[in-house]
Amino acid sequence: MKRVYVNEEWCLGCHLCEYNCAFANSGKPNMAVALKGKPIFPNIHVEGDDKITYAVSCRHCEDPICVRSCIAGALSKSDAGVVQIDHSRCVGCYTCLLVCPYGALAPGADGLMSKCELCLTNGLGEPACVAGCPNRAIVYEEREVI
Amino acid sequence: MGIDYIVPEFEVDRNEQRCIHCRVCECQCANEVHSYSKEAGIMLSDETRCVNCQRCVSLCPTRALKIVKNPCSFRENANWQPDLIKEVYRQASTGGVLLSSMGTPKPYPVYWDRILINASQVTNPSIDPLREPMETKVFLGKRPEKISRDPEGNLITKLPPQITLSMPVMFSAMSYGSISYNAHASLARAATKLGILYNTGEGGLHEDFYRYGPNTIVQVASGRFGVHEGYLEAGAAIEIKMGQGAKPGIGGHLPGAKIVGDVSRTRMIPEGTDAISPAPHHDIYSIEDLRQLVYSLKEATNYEKPVIVKVAAVHNIAAIASGIARSGADIIAIDGFRGGTGAAPTRIRDNVGIPIELALASVDRRLRDEGIRGNVSLVVGGSIRCASDVVKAIALGADACYIATAALLALGCHLCRTCHSGKCNWGIATQRPDLVKRLNPDIGSERLVNLMNAWRHEIMELMGGMGINSIEALKGNRLMLRGVGLSGKELEILGISHAGE
Repeated sequence: MKRVYVNEEWCLGCHLCEYNCAFANSGKPNMAVALKGKPIFPNIHVEGDDKITYAVSCRHCEDPICVRSCIAGALSKSDAGVVQIDHSRCVGCYTCLLVCPYGALAPGADGLMSKCELCLTNGLGEPACVAGCPNRAIVYEEREVI
Repeated sequence: MGIDYIVPEFEVDRNEQRCIHCRVCECQCANEVHSYSKEAGIMLSDETRCVNCQRCVSLCPTRALKIVKNPCSFRENANWQPDLIKEVYRQASTGGVLLSSMGTPKPYPVYWDRILINASQVTNPSIDPLREPMETKVFLGKRPEKISRDPEGNLITKLPPQITLSMPVMFSAMSYGSISYNAHASLARAATKLGILYNTGEGGLHEDFYRYGPNTIVQVASGRFGVHEGYLEAGAAIEIKMGQGAKPGIGGHLPGAKIVGDVSRTRMIPEGTDAISPAPHHDIYSIEDLRQLVYSLKEATNYEKPVIVKVAAVHNIAAIASGIARSGADIIAIDGFRGGTGAAPTRIRDNVGIPIELALASVDRRLRDEGIRGNVSLVVGGSIRCASDVVKAIALGADACYIATAALLALGCHLCRTCHSGKCNWGIATQRPDLVKRLNPDIGSERLVNLMNAWRHEIMELMGGMGINSIEALKGNRLMLRGVGLSGKELEILGISHAGE
């Protein structure tokens, strides 16, 4: 399946992916309306230091430990391989947050867990972080899973 | 520090309704114009540092930013224009020679814009390049003067070395040092994909780029930086740089601060030493001396590579070109005074040299009059801005064009003209690793390929309109050109008629 990959060589640490992600999942038509004056809860996070930066989001693991650990059955893997979250089931226990080795899950504005669903459920079709990356540091492509 | 006489040239116009405080502008500005005040919860701007490169404008996700001209103005004065006043202030405070980058912004006449191209109507058919064959391929090098045969009477078909280009455009010289590794990588990869050539400039050839050798022109300039046998062997052609359009008559100076790591190794000079290219080649004081260097380079490369001699367009360019055409050089490259540079003294850039259009026309005519036009191919540069400039240059007698500013624009350059600061926010004219990485050569080479493909289509459309189906048939075809609003003298030099004639 196609996944989001990051080429840290080209990551500028500009954090635009975080804002594009938060906007894409806001349901609002305009970024200023969606994000102005509010804290953002993106599903991708730029990590690193002053030497190297890279964006981290859900790897959509073959055997996702978050799905196995979810006590409420909110996390699941779709037929296509996308790790999804059903917010109506999430109880906010943070178990997934504790087990995810990538730190890919984080609480959203409502306190429930939020994660990258590759912009497949918000109607964008292509991940907003990829489309908005100014230096093609984030790509959405098919790669052989090692 | 006393009074700052110079008011900031630009203002940062931030639309507070749109700004979401994402601070992308802050992290992308190497000039440190933008900052965020936690205390006040607002973005701040220090306009004194803004060079109007528009990196922040382009990356602002809500389009909240505009860089506008500061309306604060001096009292109007037709003689003392604001730039002149500021330059006096600057020199009065620093005591130094003014430096500038890229081509002159002064309003000199652009002859390309006063030349119009012909099209076929009724009596001769135009050609549709989408349906009929159209050749944009060109060969650069010496043409045999006559057909010759060996003692058995067979035709001698061996030609002097030639460069083959898929279209009559090449990327002109920009050294590794003046531009970044990623800018070079973009140019090299694009040239290879396009079947054209790029030029190393005087900075030598980075070891990573030897594999693009068949699409590389290696330059030998007065500083001889990075020149060795392997370097000469690597390229498809060798260019001797005698002069540069933006700064005729003077050399170059890459400050020691930029001679770090790979730049030092590639130039073959110690880290931290200034790379000073002398104004003249110290071994060339005549055409005979030039001939010696041309033949030294040919000898070194087994007479397999054409040698280009690049000169700036200056007053006696026709006579100079005539000399070069007799020096053994295969190609003459002429660089007009509007050409770009990574750094040049402002006074030189803005006042020395002549327009490439006039230089080209007079050189082509002089070489034809003397019967030596076939000795050399002519390549012209110095502000070739678009496909129609290329077509006009070919019709005025050029074999191909050199472009550099247009190529840098494709890579993101916004012509802020502060290359000499070394803080290019677009990752082009800088060696700072955090800035260099802003230019991903995957994107850069793709944009260059797009630009050249677009130009190639436009060139074919323009040629088709004239009923011409090859660059060869357009070359020197001045009947296809007419001048508008030009004096009799200008038309005479350009060798074209006025529109309506």
